[in-house]
Amino acid sequence: MTDLTKLTLEAALGGMAKGEFSSVELTQAHIDACAEAGKLNAFITDTHELAIEQAKASDARRAKGEAGLLEGAPLGVKDLFCTEGVKTCAASKILGEFTPTYESSVSANMKADGMVMLGKLNLDEFAMGSSNETSAYGPVINPWRKGEDLVPGGSSGGSAAAVAADLCLGATATDTGGSIRQPASFTGTVGIKPTYGRCSRWGTVAFASSLDQAGPIAKTVKDAAILLESMAGYDAKDSTSLNVAVPKWSESCGKSVKGLRIGIPKEYMIDDMPVEIQSLWDQGVEWMKEAGAEIVPITLPHTKYALPAYYVVAPAEASSNLARYDGMRYGLRVDGKDLNDTYDRTRTEGFGDEVRRRIMIGTYVLSAGYYDAYYLRAQKVRTRIVQDFENAWQTCDAILTPTAPSAPFAVGRKVNDPVKMYLNDIFTVTTNLAGLPGISVPAGLDQDGLPLGLQIIGKALDEDTVFAAASALEKAAGFTAKPEKWWA
Amino acid sequence: MSDPVGAVSAEDVKKIARLSRLHVEDDRLQPLADDLNGILAWIEQLNEVDVDGVEPMTSAVDMSAPLRKDAVTDGGIRDNILKNAPKKDDGFFVVPRSVE
Repeated sequence: MTDLTKLTLEAALGGMAKGEFSSVELTQAHIDACAEAGKLNAFITDTHELAIEQAKASDARRAKGEAGLLEGAPLGVKDLFCTEGVKTCAASKILGEFTPTYESSVSANMKADGMVMLGKLNLDEFAMGSSNETSAYGPVINPWRKGEDLVPGGSSGGSAAAVAADLCLGATATDTGGSIRQPASFTGTVGIKPTYGRCSRWGTVAFASSLDQAGPIAKTVKDAAILLESMAGYDAKDSTSLNVAVPKWSESCGKSVKGLRIGIPKEYMIDDMPVEIQSLWDQGVEWMKEAGAEIVPITLPHTKYALPAYYVVAPAEASSNLARYDGMRYGLRVDGKDLNDTYDRTRTEGFGDEVRRRIMIGTYVLSAGYYDAYYLRAQKVRTRIVQDFENAWQTCDAILTPTAPSAPFAVGRKVNDPVKMYLNDIFTVTTNLAGLPGISVPAGLDQDGLPLGLQIIGKALDEDTVFAAASALEKAAGFTAKPEKWWA
Repeated sequence: MSDPVGAVSAEDVKKIARLSRLHVEDDRLQPLADDLNGILAWIEQLNEVDVDGVEPMTSAVDMSAPLRKDAVTDGGIRDNILKNAPKKDDGFFVVPRSVE
């Protein structure tokens, strides 16, 4: 029998539908792959026994003709989504052994569609990081390797590494400043952050609520579309959830891009851009032209202010969201000499360095006297960034950019320089600030044989065009490289 | 470029830590102040942007806040709520004394 872990989600669903193999067989093959991949540290919690039970139940449903959209597919769930009865800790010590008594809306949608859950995937603590090195459960190691261990990107590093290493057919992820797309670029996988409000935030551990959005990491553009169809949908329990229909995005994949106007923003040609990334971007332009698209130069003048604005808005919202971790109702409690001392000790021991740093920045920019200078100004700059995109949509239908300013880097390389680490998100963060959809597609290898991604940004709610353009890019790039399996 | 906010001092870090309910050792105050100043200096670029007459963005998507009936929709799940409590007793959270 062929190696079932090499299949795409689409092919695996097709194989089960034709009765070529069962969900139990497919799931067992992935459990075996996970068992060999401990060195990658992609999972925080394994749920293999549960997965086999779910696979059996799935096979029974299929036998009765009740197959859902993801019926019997073994998938991974980022450990930021609450899962009923399964430990959820956001890669933080402060949540301890927290075991939700409820299910996040996104993972509930996927369960209802027949998902088999292999386990909870590692991430940067509270999704704060671009390299998966801030996890209290240790760094995730990129399956792609060059002499030394490389980071998989972050914060959804476990999701990206697990998909790249064929440990699961796809995974959930979240993106606040680039946390789906940058790890996808670093691991040769596809990752989409949909329009803000497409996926419910209910039951997902909050980082920066006006920016947080869930999406999938997958092996192909079509797989990403299938997963997003399941994850998205209106939810009354999230007041920012959009009450709009979920299109059949998988049908947008492969659609012609003839006549589509693709914008190329000159502000994304940054200083110090590696030559290989610039030439991959140029190649992407050629590919889109050959597919019949029209290339339009555009300007997004406030691009350089996106990251600084993000590092005001995101920490401010995080400092508010993370105030709930007080050691009283759930998670870690470190007893002190009185109530205040207990709060201080719990939070100081429970949060890691980067999370403490962001809480303090957020507290500072929101504190009396500084609110207008920092927070209010950043929110106004954010409006400017939205206006940039609105102007661009006058002349183009989608935008093509690189996903990240570098290939995956070595573990430990940037961990002591916060600003340098933050620059990883330079091309992705603008869409979070504006609420727009963005997808990363693996497009080539650098001279060290490491993957590089290109990004397509679309109008709000126009994932259709994003998927069409992304699949044109995917087809032209013909990216089939896989990392050598050194970890088994 | 105007600089509306002075550099963060070790004393400021102490105050921010207190507001954040975090403990910072005395010998970590200055390094943390340097760290924050590095980040804040980079954030100062925002002062270059003309934001006169610009409304602050409050939501990523243009929609009005949804309303629902003011009715109880959930409840009766005391055991679930207490399930992950670090300390509990007889249906209550047990917390440190806060009033002498």
